[in-house]
Amino acid sequence: MSAGVGVDLQDMWIKFGDYVAVRDANVNIAGGEFFSFLGGSGCGKTTILRAVSGFLEPAEGKVLIGGQDMAGKGPNERPTALIFQNLALFPLMKVWENITFSMEVRGASKAERQKRADELLDMIALPDQRDKYPSELSGGQKQRVAIARALCAQPDVLLLDEPLSALYLKLRQHMRTELREIQQRVGITFIYITHDQGEALTMSDSVAVMRTAVIDQIADGRSIYDDPATSFVASFVGENNMFGGKVKSIADGQVIIETNRTGTLRARLSGTCKTPLKVGDKAMMFIRPETFKIADQKDDASDTQITAHVRHSEFEGQSYNVFLESYRLLEDADGKEIKMALTNRGEARLYEPGTEMTLQYEAAQAVALPAGAVATE
Amino acid sequence: MKDYFRTNGQVMGWGLLLAVGFWVILLIVLPQISMLDFSFRNNLPPPEMGGPKDVYKIANYKYLVFGAPGNEDGYNRVDLLVFLRTLLAAAAVTIFDLVLCYPIAYFLGQSPGGGFTRVLVLLLIIPYWINEILRAFAFRIIFGDTGVINEFMMLFGLIDRPIDFIRENIALYAGLGYAYILLMIFPMYNVIESLDRNQIEAARDMGASWWMIHRRIVIPFAKPGISSGCTMVFMLSAGALAAPQILGGPSSLWFTQLIYQWFNTGGNWTQGSAYAVVLLLTCIVIVLAVMRLFKVNMGDIGK
Amino acid sequence: MRSQSLLIRIGVAFYLVLFFSYLLGPLILMSITGFNSSSFPQVTPWEVLSFEWFSVLYNDDRIINGLKNSVIVGFFTVILSLIMGLAGALMLTQIWRKLRSTFYTVIIAPILVPGVVIGISTLVFWDRINVMLGLSDDSFLHNGIVLTVLGQSTFIASYCMLVFVARLQRYDTGLSEAALDLGATHVQTFRKIQLPFLMPAIGSAAVLAFLASFENYNTTTFTFQKYPTLTIELVQKVRYGINPSISVLAFIIVSLTIFFALVHEVRTRRAQLAVANGAPVGAVSGGGKLTNVFAGNPAAVVLALFIATALAVFAYAQVYDPEPAKAVLLKKKRADQQKRIKALQERLRQQRLREQMSGPKALKPPKKSLTPFGNVFAPKNLNQVGGKRKPEPVSKKKRKSPFPSPFGNVFAPTNLDKVGGGKNKQPGAGRTTREKRTKRKHRSPFGNVFDPGNLKKVQPGK
Repeated sequence: MSAGVGVDLQDMWIKFGDYVAVRDANVNIAGGEFFSFLGGSGCGKTTILRAVSGFLEPAEGKVLIGGQDMAGKGPNERPTALIFQNLALFPLMKVWENITFSMEVRGASKAERQKRADELLDMIALPDQRDKYPSELSGGQKQRVAIARALCAQPDVLLLDEPLSALYLKLRQHMRTELREIQQRVGITFIYITHDQGEALTMSDSVAVMRTAVIDQIADGRSIYDDPATSFVASFVGENNMFGGKVKSIADGQVIIETNRTGTLRARLSGTCKTPLKVGDKAMMFIRPETFKIADQKDDASDTQITAHVRHSEFEGQSYNVFLESYRLLEDADGKEIKMALTNRGEARLYEPGTEMTLQYEAAQAVALPAGAVATE
Repeated sequence: MKDYFRTNGQVMGWGLLLAVGFWVILLIVLPQISMLDFSFRNNLPPPEMGGPKDVYKIANYKYLVFGAPGNEDGYNRVDLLVFLRTLLAAAAVTIFDLVLCYPIAYFLGQSPGGGFTRVLVLLLIIPYWINEILRAFAFRIIFGDTGVINEFMMLFGLIDRPIDFIRENIALYAGLGYAYILLMIFPMYNVIESLDRNQIEAARDMGASWWMIHRRIVIPFAKPGISSGCTMVFMLSAGALAAPQILGGPSSLWFTQLIYQWFNTGGNWTQGSAYAVVLLLTCIVIVLAVMRLFKVNMGDIGK
Repeated sequence: MRSQSLLIRIGVAFYLVLFFSYLLGPLILMSITGFNSSSFPQVTPWEVLSFEWFSVLYNDDRIINGLKNSVIVGFFTVILSLIMGLAGALMLTQIWRKLRSTFYTVIIAPILVPGVVIGISTLVFWDRINVMLGLSDDSFLHNGIVLTVLGQSTFIASYCMLVFVARLQRYDTGLSEAALDLGATHVQTFRKIQLPFLMPAIGSAAVLAFLASFENYNTTTFTFQKYPTLTIELVQKVRYGINPSISVLAFIIVSLTIFFALVHEVRTRRAQLAVANGAPVGAVSGGGKLTNVFAGNPAAVVLALFIATALAVFAYAQVYDPEPAKAVLLKKKRADQQKRIKALQERLRQQRLREQMSGPKALKPPKKSLTPFGNVFAPKNLNQVGGKRKPEPVSKKKRKSPFPSPFGNVFAPTNLDKVGGGKNKQPGAGRTTREKRTKRKHRSPFGNVFDPGNLKKVQPGK
């Protein structure tokens, strides 16, 4: 396989008539990297993929693969292979014919193709499925055939369009690891799009989080999670408790925010945010459910404590989740529940609704960002 | 335009354009224009075409209405009568077919499917794979003097001498009605099949009579099917040539037979073209009228 | 309520029976007439079971020639129509929204336009082109096969297009994209991915196109020039006289149709059963064991019976000889004739006796006929009965009249049949009177051109 070939999007805009599908995208993907685009449906990630593979031409800007401008080149002229969301396996061809289609197209002999098919079938661990038709395979098997087919074309860049979305949980988790292994073994650049952050975070070297035509942040998984650049990223990736309010003061990289429903709270400034916060700005503060602890003691003066009533609690297997609501709920229409996730280490338990509880967190683990769009639902 | 070649590639793109262009331009549009053009010309032998005598006039059309110059009747009664009669007869055949086929289309469309229905549908289709000419002959045979019908009736003493069905044009109408049954049934059948049976059940539940159910529910729903079926049958009947030639008696001259004559014994292609244009225009007018009347559009006409 | 629905059921059943009799009856009857030895197709009176008309058909050169032309025209029409129809269907899916319905209307129009108009416009247009290009009368643009193929394809391509559009609607464009993405050119994508998908549609469109071409008359009748197709020849038989060989032709076509319909049904059913039993697609389109063919497949049983019956009948026909039966029938007819003639002669004698007794005034002999048989026995009318032209020379050669008698050829087997039934319906005998009548009706400077009687004299082609 080829050594890593990078992909660059420069000032790329994609429009359909008047509708802007992708706005001013600038992305640099290094060769050999596993890069993910993460976002909800309709945010434009599929559009970007199709622009890279050659099914769309950008209205402005450039797509470069390996440094070469791909303008005017159709999908069959680019060194990319796309794995479609519905896989698009050729139903009238056998598995081995599907896999070696790219060779057939280039005029390879039947013997060569069969040999190569066998090699790839071994790699994806389906040696007995050679002569079957796609309709006879299970979801996971089809997935693997699609990957083999794409790899057989020896692309420099492999593009994957939400390939795991149709699979059940266990298989998804298994395939995540597999895909990552294949990528590292084969060494080519993977561009992966998904709406599932679990996938994006576990598999990728870098993630680009997208919100309706705009890329909000490009970073590795850890940064995205711990140091979100926008309120959207903070609310979209993982679960996050959100507290809206106004900036009261800023000092030493930390902010004090007068929140709408839970009093004055302290948080850290985001390191990746592009627009710095000023006193008086509307802001949002984010605290992960797993960073809460039950306070030993209620301290009214503390700015890292929240007191609230339990609404209900549940057991999720790996954690006990407690949902609380703050005192001032009825006066304020902010209404969202606060979620605290206590890791199940044998000592946590379910709590009665109505119990008053004081939660404690570390300021460094809470992030403050300018108020902005948040992920719905 | 650039997108077109992008989606299809050079070879395919040009190939498609060529094929479609050939079809639409050289086979559909230009011949019709040519025929139209011809209808305005004089009937000239090839050497004189394009020469001084080749003038545009509407003489051919005037002929249809007024007959040859010096015609004492004032109007071309014969031809006009033939034209009108053709249209009326076609209308009669259409109505006959409609009444005949509606129950069948309804029955097939609403039946639960399965073996019996498929057999019936097969039985419906098989006769249509037989040549239309042979079917007309079949009718000629059974309506003839020694045909089954006459023999049957004489056997039962209903008549003493064979009835000349052919002279009385009954054979022709029966033959025409027969010829296009499939084309009347299928559009109606397709539409009725998509009608939710529950609607009819509900109506019956509420005590509606059969007549009401059909009038208020089924027929309005089946309108596109009915109108496309009727349009097809009417146009095919008006434009039929084989059936009148095989089954026609002396008094049932069909307009298409007139056209045929102009091209053969009459040797007057221009006159024939004019008649053909008249036929074509009439058909267009009628199709448009039906489409407007029943509020259906072209997209509904498809098998 | 019960009895009402029962009544309705009976009514429906009755209607169905009537309807299907109307639909299938003529064909069944016509097929039966093919086996009757009488030389005009009729079911009654039934003479003798005979297979002779099969060989008459086989020897009929015009029909065979027409058949050959029909096949040639059909073949090329199918090819041209498939290509144009497929191109049209592919184009339709890609064309801009605004143009789409106009495009669709133009392409569907040939189906709605009367066949004669298409034939005429094709003829006129290519003739003009011929003149414009300065080509001779014998050029290929005047060739009947070429013109007929062009004319028929104009609307048959529309039918094909409809079939393809229906099939294309279910096509996953992702498959084309995947092929392109893997490096295929557009042509390769079309050949390897789209075409295999369209194969079933191509098959049914081809069959449809061939049948439509084979049975076309309205358009072909203007374009065939020197290459008449089967349908043209058949219609011309109206003038030349009908004999049961066309019934035989109908019977053969009906049988072939039923055969293919059954085969098709068998295959469809097998595919359905296989899918229901969970077999994969590939296994079904491959071979299957013979014994499994019949399981759960009633059509297959019918088909097997059908083939068996056909073979049995065929074997029987080879050894069967109608001649002895005919000879018997002949004797009987002659005996009947003798009796009738004797009775006639008796009546004549008595009539003359009465005339002699009551004087010449009472005499009012009908102008035309001396006997209740009309002018049949007059030698000159004998051959007019069958129509203007004598029936195929072949049958004449085979049957020499073994009975030279003062009554001319009356008792020759061929003419016996014409006597009873042929007289009134053949255009030959009755034409003279009809012609006279209609002559009075139409006073036009074009003479008798428009006379219905003369219609049938029309010559083929230009």
